[in-house]
Amino acid sequence: MTTHRDHPFAITLDVGSSRANHTGAWRTERPVYVDLRPPCAEGCPAGEDVRGWLRDAEDGDAGPTNGYELAWRRIMEVNPFPAVMGRICYHPCETSCNRATLDESVGINAVERFLGDEAIRSGWTPEVHAEPSGKHVLVVGSGPAGLSAAYHLVRRGHRVTVVEAAPQPGGMMRYGIPTYRLPRDVLDAEIDRILALGVELRLEHPVTDLEAELEDGYDAAFLAVGAQLGKRAYLPAGSAARVVDAVQMLHGVEEGELPLLGRRVAVYGGGNTAMDAARTARRLGAEDAIVVYRRTRDRMPAHPSEVEEAEAEGVRFTWLSTITQVEEGGLTIERMELDETGFPQPTGEVEHLDADSVVLALGQETDLGFLSRVPGLELRDGVLVVDDDLMTGRPGLFAGGDMVPAVRSATVGIGHGRRAAASIDAWLRSSSADAAPGPAEATYDRLHTWYYTDASRAHRPSLEAVRRSSTFDEVVQGFDRGTALYEARRCLSCGTCFSCDNCFGMCPDNAVIKTDDPDTPYVIDLDYCKGCGICAAECPAGAITMEPEEI
Amino acid sequence: MCRPQVVAAYPISPQTHIVEALSDLVRTGELAQCEYLTVESEFAAMSACIGASAVGARAYTASASQGLLFMAEAVFNASGLGLPIVMTVANRAIGAPINIWNDHSDAMALRDAGWIQLYAADVQEATDLHLQAFVVAERTSLPVMVCMDGFVLTHAVEEVDLPEQEQVDAFVPPFVPQQLLDPDDPVTIGAMVGPEAFTEVRYLMQQRMDTAIGTVAEVAHDFREAFGRSSGGLVRGYRLEDADTVLVTLGSVAGAATEVVDELREQGIAAGTLTLTCFRPWPDEAVREALAGARRVVVLERAFSVGRGSIVGQDVRDSLHDLPVTVVEAVGGLGGRPVRRSDVRRLVEGVAADLLPTGRLHFLDLDHALLASAGVR
Amino acid sequence: MTSTRETRLYQVGTFAAGNRLLDLEDRSVQAHPDRTNAITSGHRACRGCGEALGARFVLDAAVRAAGGDLVTANATGCLEVFSTPYPESSWQVPWLHSLFGNAPAVASGMAAGLRAQGRATRVVGQAGDGGTVDIGFGCLSGMFERNDDVLFVCYDNQGYMNTGVQRSGATPPAARTATTSTAGDVPGNPFGQGKSAPLIAMAHEIPYVATATVADLRDLEDKVTRAMEHHGARYLHVLVPCPLGWAADPSDTVRLARLATESGLFPLFEAEHGEVTGVTPIRHRVPVDDYLRLQGRYAHLFGEPGRPDLVARLQAGADRNIARFGLLEEGGDRP
Ligand SMILES: Cc1cc2nc3c(=O)[nH]c(=O)nc-3n(C[C@H](O)[C@H](O)[C@H](O)COP(=O)(O)OP(=O)(O)OC[C@H]3O[C@@H](n4cnc5c(N)ncnc54)[C@H](O)[C@@H]3O)c2cc1C
Ligand SMILES: Cc1ncc(C[n+]2csc(CCOP(=O)(O)OP(=O)(O)O)c2C)c(N)n1
Ligand code: SF4
Ligand code: SF4
Ligand SMILES: [Mg+2]
Repeated sequence: MTTHRDHPFAITLDVGSSRANHTGAWRTERPVYVDLRPPCAEGCPAGEDVRGWLRDAEDGDAGPTNGYELAWRRIMEVNPFPAVMGRICYHPCETSCNRATLDESVGINAVERFLGDEAIRSGWTPEVHAEPSGKHVLVVGSGPAGLSAAYHLVRRGHRVTVVEAAPQPGGMMRYGIPTYRLPRDVLDAEIDRILALGVELRLEHPVTDLEAELEDGYDAAFLAVGAQLGKRAYLPAGSAARVVDAVQMLHGVEEGELPLLGRRVAVYGGGNTAMDAARTARRLGAEDAIVVYRRTRDRMPAHPSEVEEAEAEGVRFTWLSTITQVEEGGLTIERMELDETGFPQPTGEVEHLDADSVVLALGQETDLGFLSRVPGLELRDGVLVVDDDLMTGRPGLFAGGDMVPAVRSATVGIGHGRRAAASIDAWLRSSSADAAPGPAEATYDRLHTWYYTDASRAHRPSLEAVRRSSTFDEVVQGFDRGTALYEARRCLSCGTCFSCDNCFGMCPDNAVIKTDDPDTPYVIDLDYCKGCGICAAECPAGAITMEPEEI
Repeated sequence: MCRPQVVAAYPISPQTHIVEALSDLVRTGELAQCEYLTVESEFAAMSACIGASAVGARAYTASASQGLLFMAEAVFNASGLGLPIVMTVANRAIGAPINIWNDHSDAMALRDAGWIQLYAADVQEATDLHLQAFVVAERTSLPVMVCMDGFVLTHAVEEVDLPEQEQVDAFVPPFVPQQLLDPDDPVTIGAMVGPEAFTEVRYLMQQRMDTAIGTVAEVAHDFREAFGRSSGGLVRGYRLEDADTVLVTLGSVAGAATEVVDELREQGIAAGTLTLTCFRPWPDEAVREALAGARRVVVLERAFSVGRGSIVGQDVRDSLHDLPVTVVEAVGGLGGRPVRRSDVRRLVEGVAADLLPTGRLHFLDLDHALLASAGVR
Repeated sequence: MTSTRETRLYQVGTFAAGNRLLDLEDRSVQAHPDRTNAITSGHRACRGCGEALGARFVLDAAVRAAGGDLVTANATGCLEVFSTPYPESSWQVPWLHSLFGNAPAVASGMAAGLRAQGRATRVVGQAGDGGTVDIGFGCLSGMFERNDDVLFVCYDNQGYMNTGVQRSGATPPAARTATTSTAGDVPGNPFGQGKSAPLIAMAHEIPYVATATVADLRDLEDKVTRAMEHHGARYLHVLVPCPLGWAADPSDTVRLARLATESGLFPLFEAEHGEVTGVTPIRHRVPVDDYLRLQGRYAHLFGEPGRPDLVARLQAGADRNIARFGLLEEGGDRP
């Protein structure tokens, strides 16, 4: 303590002299900055650091560094298909997004698409830094799973050859998903970008005997042949009845073979494929496309957005119905009712439905014939069993995507591709993939949502209805820059600091120090922190916890 | 004249005309660069002076009696904070019973407030003491009360020698505060002090008061140099040289006292008188020196400590404790009762004749008939 | 300033202290690394003291508005005691403590003294609710009525905390204090007593009156800034929860202040020359229960059997505020 010049003793004091009093000694708990797992990333099957790239995107491109590019690169760390996934992913991230509880989830998918498109427009390319490993990996199938694996393997320094039965790469992204949802120039751009990294692709190269294929000297292989065979149901049908398979039909459309469906088309099934089939039928000229499904709307496996879009395009639905017979000009359907378990039970009541053709969309099966000579494999329910590292029963042989037991989506396939690449890499290097336990989840109750500005979700514009049922133009449009920025900034940054200055501003003891380091923007000054917990209580993102002080 | 920068005052008889006049001076601009605050109470008046002084403004107020007590808490605070505020006290009795006339109960009640108290003997001295008060206050960083007897001096119409403004400016230099609330050099004023240092704070206050005795004398000396007139200071003796019996007073009784002394001298009684100008700090040495030659001292004051007796008398006795002097205590002029020369002369005569016992308080002119009519014996 | 429209784009830009996406000058004063810290670390306020927080919020904003040219007067109370025990002071602005009941008058004197010296230095007076609405009220009213150039700030923690949590004229009904115990028919502070200092301030028709809390920093700082744009007498009444006196968790200090406004019990408004010129709408209305249950001073209202009748009376008071000030009218978000 210094005494100021000739000021009256004790009554007049020097300013700021209380800093000599270290009130930190009062503390029984200390605040600790944490970085919790956000539900969005938790929900993303591809494993994207959604919160992380949204944060990058929040910076926009006005500053010295382009936040969009940083965001895109962060996505590309795990997912080489931002523009594709920004269109066709069913975005489970949004389903789990905490903001949904507050108002509406963040439009993660739309922002991802914006970033993907921005990358294509700007010609951004990923970088490969790894040293060549000298190992050669075979990938069978160029769907999302196969291409994702190829991308990650190349980035890890391995030589990759992808073999593909079809004349074009992409799997169901090309031969299943219609162009009005995924324009092919976008798909091509993202596939080309992967190939440009040095992935060797052999088209029209169906593998019929894997063991023979492997004799070409591969060190490991990743199988991703998907599920190409449409499931058949036994339907008593007259000889004149036109019954087609949805997958085949969509494949045909992609190859320019337009099926003859007639004016009235019935689509049997309730999944996404059924929606695509019905919507494609409308675009091919069907005046009436009607989906026949045995359960109710809320139990339909198709994504609600797909159902809505189909409805908007004039597709009709008959719920609680099964087709019992197909005859010339129509079908017989039986009404169903749900039992207590939610399972549909026949009622015996039947009806006639006019239809010129029936499209079956009852799911797909995997053709595993090419694996007949491979020893040690285990099959279950028509798919190939793999372990946690996605390795099959044969060492060095990995598999993923639709051909293994999992949710069937392109996103899951991409995630499998990435995980398999990591496993293969570890296997080739005879190490084990690291699996550190993650931090706790950033649940909604940790957030302090009062602080967030009300900001209703921005929605992507849609093509006007007339063009939707007559052309294959892309239906859902992208965000403009402002909207993308706005939507990115709706992210609550669940469970991690986003530099809102609240802790710094709210400490009654000025015990939070602001740094210049963006990675640790604040540190607690333990000399003065009394451990009141206001910082933790008022952190909007729930990124501070109080931990007992060891005494 | 002393260029106060803030005047904050609340009206109370017999101080009202001071307040009114100052307010006029401020309004007409005669008192330039001065803010006049028409506060809502004496408590606020003193508080405003505290604030003004703390930001480096010369602050002044005036009050009396009930007003002085109403501001008491702030009066102590001003001295504790070491703020050189000057206050005119137009001495007046304290109620109940309410009484607007003169005595010294009000200032005496604040005897221990840590203020310098100067008592004016006449109107000229009252004027002069104000000039000196600002200088003393600002030199010592202690607040000063200039006490003048209500109505007797405050409302007297006498010819006063008012000094020229330039002379005043030379005598009362601009205020240089010892501590200041200054955004460029901030300090914290008015800390809370606990047992660990409170004694030292009080000790230092006592020291400062002790030093102030010298300052009061010094400023009076400077005043005489500057204005050629003797005014203020610690004490003023009259015919003390060979005095046997000395009458000690403070305030306006001084005039009567000198006249009585002259009369008694003519009668052959070796009387003298001592006027206390500075009551706080107590000018122990000066009192002792002045009274050392006397055999009897009678202290006549306009207030007393109910339940004890003389206030000033005790201090006088203390100063003379090891000298062979008897000290008689008397009170008079309470609540505006005129202090008649005849009563004073009788008092001193009685003391000179050793007729008045010490150790009890003598009331100067108690109206026994009135007491009797009230049924009191 | 960035337009509010733009600010709305940010996650928390309008309501948290800052946001990395905002330019420094568009963040709150508290978010600024170079804020004054008018009251700095090492003070001896209880853990989570709302008054310590409120004082820094107000003064830092006032210092910014005054360009650093400011002096303060402070009444006796917790704020004074915890900030200036010899030999340490937490203040970094010129500060004077005189007495419990005279802070407004001291501030008036400061303003007069500064004006007399031709200095443009601004004056802020501060006191607790006791020093403001009770013992200092005469001085405050005088300061208002003379329109002295002072911003006076009341840090309202709804009781005499420094002396051990006794009732003040700002203690709300039903609250338990050391002098309003829970014994008797109507436990806690009686209904139908107390006063609204802001409304009384308005009756003086002074240039500016506002209420604020430590929970809405942006609102508080805006009000301080606006107050400083005016000259003459101005009054800011800031709700500052006291964990000790309210028997609440220290970490709930800001939450409680927020719930006080979101329930309608503590309306946020501002007034110029006696007319209400703006209210801060409730963003997410909550029942008074949400606020009361977090505080031990209302514990007697809950549990078995509890006093739902008194809770209902408190709710009625909140409803009255909401209707009176139109706290829900604009609804939702800040413009
Ligand atoms: C109509 C339809 C719409 C869909 N819509 C979506 C959607 O919107 N979002 C979403 O996430 N998912 C969607 N899906 C699912 C998604 O397309 C698949 O889950 C995903 O494509 C599976 O990826 P995969 O790599 O495992 O297999 P596939 O994409 O099926 O790719 C497998 C590839 O392997 C090739 N192949 C097969 N056998 C051999 C062989 N023996 N030798 C060489 N090559 C072979 C195939 O030709 C094919 O190219 C849709 C599926 C369909 C059918
Ligand atoms: C004249 C006087 N009366 C009583 C007190 C005792 N006292 C000091 S602080 C205080 C209460 C302060 O209450 P408030 O102004 O609300 O401030 P808080 O401590 O609650 O922040 C009291 C009663 C005093 N210091 N002075
Ligand atoms: S708000 Fe942001 S961090 Fe939180 S779940 Fe949604 S996208 Fe993820
Ligand atoms: S008693 Fe209340 S107001 Fe006083 S320091 Fe503690 S928390 Fe703050
Ligand atoms: Mg209080």
